[in-house]
Amino acid sequence: MKRYATPLRFLVLIGLFVGLEILCRTKVIDPFTMQPPTLIVRDLWNLLAAGKLNKAIAKTLSNAAIGFALAVSVGITAALVIHRVRILREALDPLFATYYAIPVLAFYPLLIIIFGLGNIPKIMIAFMLGVIAVIVNTLNGLDRVPRVMLKTARIVRMSPVETAFRVTLPYAAPYVLTGVKFAVAYSLIGIIGSEFVMSTEGMGFEISFAYTNFDNATMYPLILLILIVSISINLLVGLWEKRLLARRGLR
Amino acid sequence: MSTLRAWRGPVLMIVGLLSAWQALYWITGDIALRSPADTIRHSWALFQRPAMWPHIRETATAFSAAIVIAVTLGMSVGLTLGFSRLAGQVFEPMLVALYSVPKVTLYPILLLMFGLGISAKIAFGALHGFIPIALFTINAVRNVRPILIKTGRVLNYDTSDLVWRILIPAALPEIFSGIRIGLALTMIGTVLGEMFASQRGLGYLLMNAIGLHDVDLIMSITFVLIVFAAVVSSILLAIDRRLHRRV
Repeated sequence: MKRYATPLRFLVLIGLFVGLEILCRTKVIDPFTMQPPTLIVRDLWNLLAAGKLNKAIAKTLSNAAIGFALAVSVGITAALVIHRVRILREALDPLFATYYAIPVLAFYPLLIIIFGLGNIPKIMIAFMLGVIAVIVNTLNGLDRVPRVMLKTARIVRMSPVETAFRVTLPYAAPYVLTGVKFAVAYSLIGIIGSEFVMSTEGMGFEISFAYTNFDNATMYPLILLILIVSISINLLVGLWEKRLLARRGLR
Repeated sequence: MSTLRAWRGPVLMIVGLLSAWQALYWITGDIALRSPADTIRHSWALFQRPAMWPHIRETATAFSAAIVIAVTLGMSVGLTLGFSRLAGQVFEPMLVALYSVPKVTLYPILLLMFGLGISAKIAFGALHGFIPIALFTINAVRNVRPILIKTGRVLNYDTSDLVWRILIPAALPEIFSGIRIGLALTMIGTVLGEMFASQRGLGYLLMNAIGLHDVDLIMSITFVLIVFAAVVSSILLAIDRRLHRRV
């Protein structure tokens, strides 16, 4: 049955596409609400070919990359420290358990007041969304390192840093990777979300700008572009994870 | 003694967060931040202001409507996809993809469909919340032990009996975990919806306060939202843990 799933999924997507096309062409969905998908694709192609979006795309992706890099590096370091300090772990566990419920974007206005309307508040939102996922998943991996490995490390007199890089982190890598995967998705969500809510540049801003100008011919192609970009980035990371796990004989 | 133990973590966390906040306030000063005591005082005063209540009511109404839609839709989609193996394999990856996409970008479409007003916020909140509920329910139904379903078949249950008397009770702990996360995301979605192109609600007030440079208002609304989210999710987490222990 699994064999049929992927082709069927394509069929469903094509069906949706054709269905929307028909609904739009027959004016059941009026053109002020949505344009036919074929027109959206054509507009997107034109926008990309004209190079008008290059700056916005570069801005969004570079900010997302900074937020992602910060989340991963700080997250892993923090997890290594938290794992060693028991009292810290006890104090932070309840925070980790409820963190997903916190509307992180609600901090955005405050960050704008503090840092001004620029890159920093957006990067901080992306960082705040991603870092906890990295910490939680890294801790989960560190908890599973067999004690005998840690003892061996101590016997050969590895320093804590060396132990982290040569024993614990490699062992916990698959779990860390899950956190990294979340951080990729969250950094994109954070950057684009804050650009959309209030900003002066980036893909999210371009969408909200097009929306306020009733410029559907720009807005829908942009939405499509963001969906394509984020879905393909997430897919690539997923594939990479699968390959790494397969090499380790997991899954 | 054991209850004391259980409270130690949360108390440590709250004390730690408050002192970090106070320290940050001492460093940055009055221009950018308010102290914890000031914020709490101001939040309390906020509830006393009659002008606040329409906004609170708007957000609360949108949130409750969204959560009802998210739970019903999420559970029905989840039960259907969990029950039928092929449908699950076809649609589950699509839900996962939708989960990891920046959904704000879809908000203008909802605004065009539903117009400026409460219904677009509700739809946006529900869109955030229904995905985790559906995904958790799919998994929950798949993990129900086959013998339970076979027993139902032997007892000649029809589909609705099978769902209500076997599937849902057996899968409840895991479905509840989904609802817990869905509830949080619904709230995030509702507030996020209010932060863009809205005239009412707490999210709108938050964005409006940037223009007014009203740090008091920003800090107290952020504070109230976060305390609310944290308290609700802690309660749900406690229920969730109890449900999982029961099985």
